[in-house]
Amino acid sequence: MGAVDMDICARVKEDRPLLSVQGVKKLYGNRIGCTDVTFDLFPGEVLGIVGESGSGKSTLLGCLAGHLKPDAGRILYDGRDMGALGEPERRRLSRTEWAFVHQNARDGLRMGVSAGGNVGERLMAVGARNYGTIRDTAADWLGRVEIAADRIDDRPSAFSGGMQQRLQIARNLVTGPRLVFMDEPTGGLDVSVQARLLDLLRGLVRDLGLSVVIVTHDLAVVRLLADRLMVMKSGRVVEQGLTDQVLDDPQHGYTQLLVSSVLQV
Amino acid sequence: MIEITNLSKAFTLHNQGSAVIPVMAGAALAVAPGECVGLTGQSGSGKSTLMRMIYGNYLAAGGSIRVGDLDVARAAPREIIRLRREVLGYVSQFLRVVPRVPTLDVVAEPLLQLGVPVDAARARAADLLARLNIAERLWGLSPTTFSGGEQQRVNIARGFAHPYPALLLDEPTASLDAANREVVLGLIEEAKARGAAIVGIFHDEGARDRVCDRLVDVTGFTPRLAA
Repeated sequence: MGAVDMDICARVKEDRPLLSVQGVKKLYGNRIGCTDVTFDLFPGEVLGIVGESGSGKSTLLGCLAGHLKPDAGRILYDGRDMGALGEPERRRLSRTEWAFVHQNARDGLRMGVSAGGNVGERLMAVGARNYGTIRDTAADWLGRVEIAADRIDDRPSAFSGGMQQRLQIARNLVTGPRLVFMDEPTGGLDVSVQARLLDLLRGLVRDLGLSVVIVTHDLAVVRLLADRLMVMKSGRVVEQGLTDQVLDDPQHGYTQLLVSSVLQV
Repeated sequence: MIEITNLSKAFTLHNQGSAVIPVMAGAALAVAPGECVGLTGQSGSGKSTLMRMIYGNYLAAGGSIRVGDLDVARAAPREIIRLRREVLGYVSQFLRVVPRVPTLDVVAEPLLQLGVPVDAARARAADLLARLNIAERLWGLSPTTFSGGEQQRVNIARGFAHPYPALLLDEPTASLDAANREVVLGLIEEAKARGAAIVGIFHDEGARDRVCDRLVDVTGFTPRLAA
């Protein structure tokens, strides 16, 4: 191993997390949504969050994405404290540097606007004005998510569930975000469509160097997509680590139960 | 290149009466660049466990596992991710891929992860697949539908795509015919010649004798059972 490799190792230690989450807590009345959540997400990393329904994973995602206000703790994005950030700046970030892919594509799309319009709208929100450029970029992105060019003027309501989900991804990624939040992006899709979406997401993450926080209950999805995994139960993180290590050598009783409960095909 | 000292491991089964099963104690191993060390021992003696610990797939309970300048037993997940991308390759017995991805891209992926241009990565992948006698008409198909032997060769091609300074090989010649076995042994010899440190598990004794410089019996690392 040469000096080059050593340099790389040194660099890994130096660079700064894109997202730093420190002791985040969210209460619903006196019921715990999530508590004591601490982790760092570095550029180009995919973090999976798994846990059963009600484990707090969506609450946590909501806090991270700024949809919910945490009751305690700090969230630093690129070194800036999100709690201290004004609403206009937070909104600007969520249009430009962040993206949020909803489980239900209808929550992330405008159903009455054409496919091209859905993608173009997000570009216009960041200041693009030239119609030709916007349409070309939209067409390019529809191609990347494998939606045929002749569907650009159709409304998403005429699309299948898998196509809607891919359109939502195009709409979210067109502005070149750095951080993408995904809430069960493959939930409710049939398995062949899921595989295609996973392949697409992996390619995009690699080519664009995206940092991703993906919430799911599907262990197969995180195994293929996530570098690191966090397991939540009753609002707390019970275990985190390298994805394959957590799945193949789970340390916490709950994770062991989760992993051993998956049905083999 | 790889140096293991006083490594130990136990599994705690929380859902089965919290049974604690010690599986390894006092394991030690050193592999120099250009050297291939074969792990031996009966089935269940801990060969694969040791290999998975070197790869960071299983957590160590104690001791250290140095690969290059990183102690895998203590490293942060992202340091291990980096190590796996650049330094430490692993050819497991099973191919795990995203369904639908063409074989050529499955093999090229480790290079793409390193930022190698697509054309160069695919060319290298094509070379390896051709060498391993995977018919060209299969390259555009997902390997998930291939036979066991074909999947294994795809896995090997993928594991050798990038010239890793350290390599872990779990039964790389099992279920291969004589011609393909020869190709794989050739790849291993080339990797040694360029200075890769290799840890391998070979049930194929002929292969073991040919590529391994030393054998280490992992039975010696099995903890004595408490009475």
